[in-house]
Amino acid sequence: MQLSVAQGAGAVRVSPILQVRGLTKRFGPLEVLKGIDFAVAPQELVFVIGPSGSGKSTLLRCCNRLEDADSGSILLDGVELMDPKCDLNAMRRRIGMVFQSFNLYPHLTVLGNVTLAMRKVLGKSRREADEIGLAALDRVGLADKAAAYPAALSGGQQQRVAIARALCLNPKVMLFDEPTSALDPELVGSVLAVMRDLREAGMTMVVVSHEMRFAREAADRIVFMEAGCIVEEGPPEQIFSAPANARTRAFVAEIAR
Amino acid sequence: MELLRQQFFNIDVMVQAWPLILRGLGMTALLCLAVIPLGLLGGLAVAVASLSRSRLLRWTAKGFIDLFRALPPLVVLILLYSGLPFAGLRLTPFAAVCLAFLLNSSCFYGEIYRAGIESVGRGQWEAARSTGLSAAQTFTSVILPQAVRNVVPDLVSNTVEVVKLTSIASVVSFTEMLYAADMARSVTFNTSPIVLAAAIYLVILWPAVRLMSRFEHRVAA
Repeated sequence: MQLSVAQGAGAVRVSPILQVRGLTKRFGPLEVLKGIDFAVAPQELVFVIGPSGSGKSTLLRCCNRLEDADSGSILLDGVELMDPKCDLNAMRRRIGMVFQSFNLYPHLTVLGNVTLAMRKVLGKSRREADEIGLAALDRVGLADKAAAYPAALSGGQQQRVAIARALCLNPKVMLFDEPTSALDPELVGSVLAVMRDLREAGMTMVVVSHEMRFAREAADRIVFMEAGCIVEEGPPEQIFSAPANARTRAFVAEIAR
Repeated sequence: MELLRQQFFNIDVMVQAWPLILRGLGMTALLCLAVIPLGLLGGLAVAVASLSRSRLLRWTAKGFIDLFRALPPLVVLILLYSGLPFAGLRLTPFAAVCLAFLLNSSCFYGEIYRAGIESVGRGQWEAARSTGLSAAQTFTSVILPQAVRNVVPDLVSNTVEVVKLTSIASVVSFTEMLYAADMARSVTFNTSPIVLAAAIYLVILWPAVRLMSRFEHRVAA
């Protein structure tokens, strides 16, 4: 199925790897997502920005069903995640997720953290899992920390381990939920560098973040959300320099200060 | 003074009672080996049920916990041992004690586990599930190891209570250490065997109690 996906300035015809349609979600009386339509093309880096409470994180968390949307459709590589018969555990392996608070397992070593899912879910032997795990740690520059426990690492190192943990499963898409918000400023760079490498390697990424400089230089497309709706989307130059929507303009002006 | 020594610290009587008490100690150890694992496993089941998504399971667990935390274990034991035969079920003293302890200590261990499980942040659960681990895999590989580690002092403390409580098995004529000591007392008309049994409890449990204090200080520090 060929779908039209807005990518860059013009509409390019490619099959999106992730396609969200009419997604709604409410927490009690609060409508957090009001019918979101959203698609990500393979190898695209999409940045989702917006004021806090706009539903960015909820949207991201609905994409691997950590949060259950109330209605709508989520297609990953053609598979409907909202289908009750969908094998969620199998699908979640293909969607890497990186959290604001890292969420490394404190009782396991760094290598134990990155290999747990490979051993439990993919049924790989310890040796094979260790090999892949070490390669992933090498990719984020932390192979020498394999035997350390998370508590002995800096925040930036922990977040890179979390990225390696997701990478090991060879995901089709990676979701980043404010990956640098919990980091001291001097540690942000190392995490962004890894994300930049991933982008270069062709990883498809959806990033919720306030790192606007990174968004401007690395993103293919910016999605601006407010109050549960996508207000505007487009390439970084458009969103940051010439936003069409007044609310986008106000938000961009606010964060530029 | 001499009378006191004769009645409570009579070495001759203690020496006489020693083989009997030693056998009783063996039975107490056997009992502990049965009821501690039973309580630990039963407690885990109770904790999982009390945190279950199913309301029925949750309420059943809550009712069970309330009931057996309120009922004195001695009452439960006598009910099981002396009451069940009227319902056509005759338990051996050992089986009755095991069952009574399972019912009683599952609740206490269960509440400890529950506190431990709740102390593990939601992010741990989400991280594991997001890598494709099933709920059961997440629980056994990620949540439970951290939960147990967080409540080791409480588990140790409860286990000390369980060991002490095994002495109630004496009321159903199970020949554990207190029963053996009391038998020796009634034969010799001398309290020294009981003093000896008390000393043995002290020697066995004192290190665990010390360990608990260490834990408590570490938490305070």
